Amino acid sequence: MTSFLTDLFSNFFVSLAGKLLLVALMIPLIGMAIGFAEIKLSAKMQARIGPYFAGGRWGWAQLIADGVKFFQKEDLIPEAADRPVFKIAPVIVLVGTVSLFVVVPFGPGLIFRDLSVGIFFALAVSSLTTIGILMAGWSSANKYSLMGGIRAAGQLIAYELPLILAVVGSVILAGTMSMEGIVRAQIEAGYPFVILQFVGFVIFMIAALAELSRIPFDMPIAESELVMGYLTEYSGFRFLFFFLAEFASMFTLSAIAVTLFLGGYWLPGIPESVLEFAGPVILMAKVFLLVFTMIWFRWTFPRFREDQLQSLAWKWLIPLALLNIAITAVFKVFL
Amino acid sequence: MIADQDLVRHLSETSVSVSLETPDMTLNIGPQHPSTHGVLRLVARVDGERAYDVHPVIGYMHRGYEKLSEVRTYPQITTLVNRIDWVSGYANEVPFIVAAEKLMQLEVPERAQYIRLILTEMARISSHLVFMASYPLELGAATPLFFALRERERVLDLLESVTGGRFHPNFNRIGGVKPAYGSGSQTRKVVQDLPAGFFSETRDAVGHVLGVADEIESLVAGNEIILARTKGIGILPVEVAASYGVSGPNLRASGVAFDLRKVESYLPYDRFDFEIPVGENGDSWDRWWVRLAEIRQSVRIIQQAIDGIPSGPLQAKVPKVIKVPKGETYVRAENPKGEMGYYLVSDGGQGPYRLKIRSASFSNLSILPWILEGVLVPDIIAIMGSLDFVLGDVDR
Repeated sequence: MTSFLTDLFSNFFVSLAGKLLLVALMIPLIGMAIGFAEIKLSAKMQARIGPYFAGGRWGWAQLIADGVKFFQKEDLIPEAADRPVFKIAPVIVLVGTVSLFVVVPFGPGLIFRDLSVGIFFALAVSSLTTIGILMAGWSSANKYSLMGGIRAAGQLIAYELPLILAVVGSVILAGTMSMEGIVRAQIEAGYPFVILQFVGFVIFMIAALAELSRIPFDMPIAESELVMGYLTEYSGFRFLFFFLAEFASMFTLSAIAVTLFLGGYWLPGIPESVLEFAGPVILMAKVFLLVFTMIWFRWTFPRFREDQLQSLAWKWLIPLALLNIAITAVFKVFL
Repeated sequence: MIADQDLVRHLSETSVSVSLETPDMTLNIGPQHPSTHGVLRLVARVDGERAYDVHPVIGYMHRGYEKLSEVRTYPQITTLVNRIDWVSGYANEVPFIVAAEKLMQLEVPERAQYIRLILTEMARISSHLVFMASYPLELGAATPLFFALRERERVLDLLESVTGGRFHPNFNRIGGVKPAYGSGSQTRKVVQDLPAGFFSETRDAVGHVLGVADEIESLVAGNEIILARTKGIGILPVEVAASYGVSGPNLRASGVAFDLRKVESYLPYDRFDFEIPVGENGDSWDRWWVRLAEIRQSVRIIQQAIDGIPSGPLQAKVPKVIKVPKGETYVRAENPKGEMGYYLVSDGGQGPYRLKIRSASFSNLSILPWILEGVLVPDIIAIMGSLDFVLGDVDR
């Protein structure tokens, strides 16, 4: 029986199907967990109770109810919209997010695919999201959507660079681009890289917030200015796609930050044999710590203006990140 | 020489021909838009993120109150006027009632005047707290809203306990104020005017208001992003403000210490000690700061008024059918949004012959085409929000 199962899962297609099923289950689950954390935490921060009735206790079923509601909605496409682009945009946004799951190491050997250029892959794929957003903004045939899409594109150019440069420090310290390898390097070094790469970590988190277009960098949506930005014309399950993508990419970007800077699934003092089981739990705990910080920012800060964001990126973050790389390189070579 | 000129012309023509053609976009903001405070519509020519020729379109909210008041009796008109600026409904009633009383040459009892004053300041606090709630929201910060509205609720509860209404109190009567709900008829000798425990609850509530003012200050004023978004944005020089008839906190933010509470005598403000907060630069930040400071001054006034409120009747002697003698008068008052004035013309009948309403928001909004010329789209919202107008007050 066991051998049958092993045989079954060693079959490429079966294991692929299993992995796909796992991701397909994980994304709504993680999306809902983060979404629920967001509504409850924001309520706490704003002296409210939050959802209370759905599901009977704590309103735990609120997001399920919301999801069902989205499926019931009419699927509206504006008459002047570019239909194929309008339809495919949410898919691209979600695909960009889902692909990031491929390289997140959940435990020792517990990774969908340990690419040798893992972090490179992650950064490349994460910018797909912005292309989807730009498509959504362009195809909606709405001026607010267009402005939101253009703002998202401007944001991508400003923030992709600090995001990549911030990562380089950790890659230099680890000597590898494989995500699994970076965690191994931290285990061998005996400390998480955030100790040496604090600047890199901060820059990465700021850039990740901009990448996610969350407050204080939510200019592409900017509810009070652009109504709902590139989301204005979306309704029903296409809107849900964007929603899921936002929460899922909050998770994946935090997971990448955890892997690069906070030791991934590893905690100092825990033996390897325990890590195999505890790894995912440790990773989740760290990820949710970062997600909490993002939610905290969201409900504390107002939003920047587009030009202020550009000057922050070009005048501060990029020079700082370059300096960080230079210092890290010197450190690596001489010490 | 000629060759040079030809070259210059040639260069200028080529530069025109190779430059990209980027037509401007006409952007319609509103009337359905999250931050136009109701149904304001702005038509702007947008070049990228920069807006030019911003043209406000108003009138979606017009309810014809000036005309309606010509066919209403004086006591009926208070129900109309407290719907003008619904965020501070109570404050709208007072100048109208004072105008009618002025023509009738009525001596309003002290206690009624004090009650009017306390409630007007409460309306001011509630109006400014709405601004404190909505302005950060327009800049993207949602949280101050809940703190500000929570304390506003205490103030509204008190207003309700006295007048029976939270937004549209309809509490003023010509010659005085209405006795509290359930406290007997107006003609009886002894009436209980304010609900039991009103003073202690008010002290408690204004204490909370001071607390939330500090809280909001630390939450908003300590935030670098808010400062970056508001400082130096939408500067309104004194001369421009004066020429457009901008009044109230918006004028004071530009550095003019002009407050009708100090100048006019529609309510006995001269007996209280309070300051006029004044801004320095006239930018959005100063307009925010002036309103926060005014909340604290209003609390000071309320505390003094509660300590010094005299006893006595609530109503002057008025005939059963109110007729205002022939004449005309203009009474203006410092409302939360600015100067509110009623020009009342009476031909001796039961209702006004003509009532011209000068509302603060209308003049404050008229500055928009000037102040929004060439600003960024996000700044449109930041500036518009800082002017704090209510569309009901604009269209009437």
